[in-house]
Amino acid sequence: MNMYINRLEKAGVSRRQVMIGAAGLTFAIALGGRADAAAVATERAGQALSPWVSIAPDGTITIMSAATEMGQGSMTSLPLIIAEELDADWSKVRIVPAPVNEKIYGNPGFGGMMYTAGSNAVTSYYKNLRLFGAQARRVLLDNAAKKLGVPVEELSTEPSVVVHAKSDRKLNYGEIAAFAEIPAQAPEVKPDELKKPASFRLITKDVMRAELPHKINGSAKYSIDVQLPGMLYGAVVRAPVEGAAPENFDEAKVMAVKGIIKTVKLPYGVGVVAETPWAAFAARRAVEDSVSWTKDGKAWGFDSENGLARFSATARDPNAKVTDWFKLGDVRSEMPKAASTFEAEYLCDYAYHSQMEPLNGVASVSPAGDSAEVWCGTQSQTMALEATANALGIDRSKVTLHDTLLGGGFGRRGPRDMDFLIDAVLLSKAAGKPVKSMWTREDDIRNGRFRPLSAHLLRAGFDDKGKLAAWQHRLVGDRVTPFADPVRYEKAGKKDFILMLGADAKGYDVAHQLVEQVYEDTGVRTAPLRGIGFTANKFATETFVDELAYHRGVDPLQYRLELLSKTPRGHKVMERAGQMADWGRKREGHGLGAAYIDYSGTQVAAVVEISINRDTGKITIHNVWCAIDCGTAVQPDNVTAQTESSVVYGIGLALTERISIKNGAVEQSNFHDYIVPRNRDVPPMHIEVIQTDNHPTGVGQMATPLITPAVSNAVMNLTGKRLRHAPFTEERVKKAIG
Amino acid sequence: MPINFVVNGKPATTDAPPETPLLWVIREDLKLTGTKFGCGAGLCGACMVHIDGKRAFSCQTEVSEIAGKSVTTIEGLSADSNHPVQKAWLAERVPQCGYCQSGQIMSAADLLKQNPKPTREQIVEHMSTNLCRCGTYQRIVRAIERAAREA
Repeated sequence: MNMYINRLEKAGVSRRQVMIGAAGLTFAIALGGRADAAAVATERAGQALSPWVSIAPDGTITIMSAATEMGQGSMTSLPLIIAEELDADWSKVRIVPAPVNEKIYGNPGFGGMMYTAGSNAVTSYYKNLRLFGAQARRVLLDNAAKKLGVPVEELSTEPSVVVHAKSDRKLNYGEIAAFAEIPAQAPEVKPDELKKPASFRLITKDVMRAELPHKINGSAKYSIDVQLPGMLYGAVVRAPVEGAAPENFDEAKVMAVKGIIKTVKLPYGVGVVAETPWAAFAARRAVEDSVSWTKDGKAWGFDSENGLARFSATARDPNAKVTDWFKLGDVRSEMPKAASTFEAEYLCDYAYHSQMEPLNGVASVSPAGDSAEVWCGTQSQTMALEATANALGIDRSKVTLHDTLLGGGFGRRGPRDMDFLIDAVLLSKAAGKPVKSMWTREDDIRNGRFRPLSAHLLRAGFDDKGKLAAWQHRLVGDRVTPFADPVRYEKAGKKDFILMLGADAKGYDVAHQLVEQVYEDTGVRTAPLRGIGFTANKFATETFVDELAYHRGVDPLQYRLELLSKTPRGHKVMERAGQMADWGRKREGHGLGAAYIDYSGTQVAAVVEISINRDTGKITIHNVWCAIDCGTAVQPDNVTAQTESSVVYGIGLALTERISIKNGAVEQSNFHDYIVPRNRDVPPMHIEVIQTDNHPTGVGQMATPLITPAVSNAVMNLTGKRLRHAPFTEERVKKAIG
Repeated sequence: MPINFVVNGKPATTDAPPETPLLWVIREDLKLTGTKFGCGAGLCGACMVHIDGKRAFSCQTEVSEIAGKSVTTIEGLSADSNHPVQKAWLAERVPQCGYCQSGQIMSAADLLKQNPKPTREQIVEHMSTNLCRCGTYQRIVRAIERAAREA
């Protein structure tokens, strides 16, 4: 992004028009969008103390941000972790997106790729960033000690100042940077030399997110906002089915559109390049009106309603080809010994990301096609670079990436093949000019890559004392990881973790657990979607636990607390959510439902309050109470904000969001038939963040999967009827409650 | 025939075809990219601007309709991001990905202009025109209540 700004400035674009990395509390002077707006982080300033930190003689501290920013706040919270151990004055910090260099900036949680996903940025970088911050501080201390002629042990720091208390002398970080010698080897810092939580000045204290001031005045830049000199506009009509190719289209009609420059036949669709966006969209429509497709590709003929019925039958088929995903104890020998068993089935539809910025990319491929610059809001700098290089058949060193802010990610902006960016790359190559390629909302939905279709058969075995002894979950679901990221699928030993995670009974005291997968490949495009496997799998497991409670004649929240007896942090969030909701209090005409999840170590629980219009089948959610323990909450208000966000996303998945497939093609096309929550659909959300000193775990999606089961459980509480097929559309609810 | 109008107090002109959505003229001709493309169908509100002082979907407004009219975009809402709604938006830490927020802020400013002391229900109804996929709705309502209080 840094280089992106420089390039644009060279191209005569003023600073106020470009993306910014202005940091922290300096936001006040960055406001206003004036041409002279300061606080734009264009370059690293001053001496590099490490690849992560530079300090200028004026005290400006530049910190690299390795994660991409899609609203989750990592652009602030990762540099803040360095600043904490550096003991930096946060108001002097400027944040610059890190260049693509995996050896330095790679995400330890993803094998060193630069990839922002899985709500794991803070979790995975936390330890290292604290160490890097502490090392940079040590470099400053060593230099100060030499300058002042005192032992380093006698020095301490205040924000951006080294203090020698004995002689009452001080050197600020800028002064030190002016003379500092940087050691060839980073100084050693032992874990016990890191700050204790009690002395944190930044971690666990809220700061203004670095880029927020630019998000209230239109100056924040997304890739769709990129403007390059001589840039053309592109659009692509993709085959409705993955694997199909264009056969014919009415080229003459397309070329008759005013402003069209050329059409480009791509392996997967037909592209158009035009002088203006409106000409590109008009040409796109002309292609759409006349194009025909080959019947290559697996999904032709697939119908999601029939498909789900088939998945359901497969789940009950004793001869189904299953692989074991997760095993604890020995369910296959324990289940037959059970004194009693209980069985239930749950179904889940495809769902769409619906990030607000339609997918797009900007590319400038050299006339010879041997190098390229690309601009893109991506969840993975590594994948964006490699996908571009692969598409052009060149080395990745010949590709320059300028990553921008993302107008929502939710998993859609991180596919291995970077479909939306490659459109721009191929069109730019064909046109010999820079191209901004944009998807319409209709493209974004029809070319969507969805949360998979799935059927879940669960069976519980109780011992003769009525204790839950064995748990079996057979999941029949459309594959995700092999399609979305074949590289990680292979590396993971062909494990479809995006589909399968969350299918076990983690947190609960169940000695024997077995999760089986039946692999299905319908040919439908899939992707990780906020909450990944948890959204469907926890709908199944947390509704099932509720059913078991009813089956045993126990209060469902109390039953969860019993099952959580060996998981104190889980027990606490469930107990707290119950207290917040005043669980025991009956509400006339309203129902309460609970759910609990251990999501990658984050403990989260919720209670929802609902009512139903029995004439229409419409569920109204009146309140959501949610308690979350993510260990050290690095930015508590942002944890609250992310949890509110996760809940709203969960409400959409629970009630209205549904993609259906007919003859391989997506039936929905825009926000009139793919219904996401609006302001009026969102109830008061009461979020409590339980701070603990545990290693920080994720927050960006953990509450999303709570809502579907909690709503199903609340409907049971109110009506005595179970909802077993998500989302709970009005038709389905009406049918279920009779 | 060029179409003449006013954007953020300054004269503007375009030779885009008359049926062209105002959105694309604002974004790609005038380079005012704070106004966003979200759905192209008047369903999400990311493209919200003010035309002659009232909110309007710029994706549903043809440039031919704005000849002689005055358009305000997020860039022109205030000189220094100091509109009460913008200040309240920061105070309540509303934005997440931020993409829809220009449209949200333009809708909110329109509401407070018409109705300086809206009830909570009025806020929620007015703001249900605008989608936010990050789900910042609760904070949007809080920010508007704050702006109404502090304006």
